Amino acid sequence: MTLTEKILARASEKPQLFPGENAWVSVDILMTHDICGPGSFGIFKKEFGSNAKVWDREKIVIIPEHYIFTSDERANRNVGILRDFCTEQNIKYFYDITDLGNFRANPDYKGVCHVALAQEGHCRPGEVLLGTDSYTCTAGAFGQFATGIGITDAGFLLGTGKTLLKVPPTLRFVLEGEMPDYLLAKDLILQIIGEISVAGAAYKSMEFTGTTVESLSMEERMTLCNMVIEAGAKNGVVPADTTTFNYLEDKTSLPYEPVYSDEQARFLSEYRFDVSKLEPLVAKPHSPDNRALARECKDVKIDRVYIGSCTGGKTEDFLAAARVFLASVRATFIVMAKRLKVPTFLVPATQKVWMGLYTLPVPGSGGKTCSQIFEEVGCDTPASPSCGACMGGPLDTYARLNEPKVCVSTTNRNFPGRMGHKEGQIYLASPYTAAASALTGYVTDPREFLR
Amino acid sequence: MAASSLSFSPKTITSSPRPKTNPFINHFSHSLQFPIASSTSRAIFTSPTTSIVPRASSVISRATNDAASTNTNTFHGLCYVVGDNIDTDQIIPAEYLTLVPSKPEEYEKLGTYALIGLPSTYTTRFIDENETKTKYKIVIGGDNFGCGSSREHAPVALGAAGVAAVVAESYARIFFRNSVATGEIYPLESEGRLCEECRTGDVVTIEMAESRLINHTTGKEYKLKPIGDAGPVIDAGGIFAYARKTGMIPSQN
Repeated sequence: MTLTEKILARASEKPQLFPGENAWVSVDILMTHDICGPGSFGIFKKEFGSNAKVWDREKIVIIPEHYIFTSDERANRNVGILRDFCTEQNIKYFYDITDLGNFRANPDYKGVCHVALAQEGHCRPGEVLLGTDSYTCTAGAFGQFATGIGITDAGFLLGTGKTLLKVPPTLRFVLEGEMPDYLLAKDLILQIIGEISVAGAAYKSMEFTGTTVESLSMEERMTLCNMVIEAGAKNGVVPADTTTFNYLEDKTSLPYEPVYSDEQARFLSEYRFDVSKLEPLVAKPHSPDNRALARECKDVKIDRVYIGSCTGGKTEDFLAAARVFLASVRATFIVMAKRLKVPTFLVPATQKVWMGLYTLPVPGSGGKTCSQIFEEVGCDTPASPSCGACMGGPLDTYARLNEPKVCVSTTNRNFPGRMGHKEGQIYLASPYTAAASALTGYVTDPREFLR
Repeated sequence: MAASSLSFSPKTITSSPRPKTNPFINHFSHSLQFPIASSTSRAIFTSPTTSIVPRASSVISRATNDAASTNTNTFHGLCYVVGDNIDTDQIIPAEYLTLVPSKPEEYEKLGTYALIGLPSTYTTRFIDENETKTKYKIVIGGDNFGCGSSREHAPVALGAAGVAAVVAESYARIFFRNSVATGEIYPLESEGRLCEECRTGDVVTIEMAESRLINHTTGKEYKLKPIGDAGPVIDAGGIFAYARKTGMIPSQN
């Protein structure tokens, strides 16, 4: 069996499962947020009764994160609905925010759910995590089965802790070779999606292995798995290893048992990549599989840069951007002051990421933090952690594309209207490429600076 | 990967023989614990009392509601034609996701925004100005319809707008599942590329029993793929209604 088949077999108490079989799967974690929580609770109450209790108050994680820093009344109401439900059901993991004026006054508030789930120790190898968000697949980075569901399925799960899942066949991606220091996991997944298309893994599992994957940090593995949904996949997985276990060491005390694909496991097909030969990439408007080399787009003039989201708003993503800004100084021997050519918006995924921007020294900077470097080059002040403008959201959302602008973004989707305006053009890119583009005002290969 | 050298060894799945009974119903009734509130617990074993009303509004003939029988639904009306990779941001843009589908008035409101995210290259509006419902009962698309986010608001918005069925070459997984789970729309698959055969405003009929789409405007007929086991679930009005109807979960008072 493959890694994914083994997790589903264990969760359904079956000795063996084959692709295509349907199985009732017990879920270890159900996550929902402020967009889909209220609807899920509504269905739960309607179907199980107004006095019904959830199946397990310790296995439900509820994270307000999408539409938080907005004056939109319905969005604010929806966070209130989460709070009422969590109080009523005594939900153990509810990361509340009450003071919208200052997120730091809310110690419980985390931010973007997929990053928060990892940081708070809810992602564990061998388990099943379902969430009402298509990027729930991010948690596959931990060797976990994780996928997105709708609110009716979530309503059912709230009552039962189980759901019916079809076992997906697995595509294996073997990434080998030394990763050049101008590439990031974002380039790898854009390469793969460009190769197999936005429907290339529909209904399937994507397993990432090979020496390059083994060398990636947890946050980079999360980037890889985050975007499998952009190939239509049901889930993505990276086998757990010492990197995984080390990351989890201070985050969870619960026991977990990783599983691994057998030697004889059957994969639907296998793709191999020599990572040492790849170049920095972008996905051009309006599809994540519209792949191009960053250097091929050097004449594309841009209006802004956005660094944020579950895909590209993690601590290492900001460290990567800072590295490019630093390198640009070394390249020109000119002081850093206000050297960016376009407005550059920073939205840390979570409160922990935000904190890191102000405390962690950037390697090779002589002890400067990301926030100092960002300020010197002229980025906008890092915003309150949330999903921000990645998916547009209410009209007053910070950095929302309210006009038909061209944006280089470290986010995950560039469909028409995704960040707000239907005629807006989004180039998806790695934090390196995003930072390099901010320095020139054009889509720019980061090798221009990282020499 | 040198898994054996790690402190966490891969778990071996123990093979325990399981009795060969109907895995679906037995598993459901024996191992699921339903959090039925005390006020409704008396009703667990009574017969279904919930009337099962299909959400798809344009069903014009329905021979039987028997979940096991062949689906004989027929849908008739104007079609609206879109292309490949129609993602959920185009079906219902994120700014409208503050609407909660389980609240009846917000469900209706979601319908008024269906397909409002289509780019301006679509010159015909899906919902006419000052209207709350669409006049197009059938949406015809290409590959990978409903890709993108897991927002159930997408099939809900289409259903609430008055769409009965979508006919596409293929679907994104979560959209398909949400369509079935909610019973909002029938996500039907075509054998050919109907989005290049039909034009917005054509009058079409879908005959589920025959797995056929007839375009009356052009006089052509097309084969559809059978909807299979998903059909009865949508007929019933979604997974909860289906599960109650077939005795998988207790009926409600």
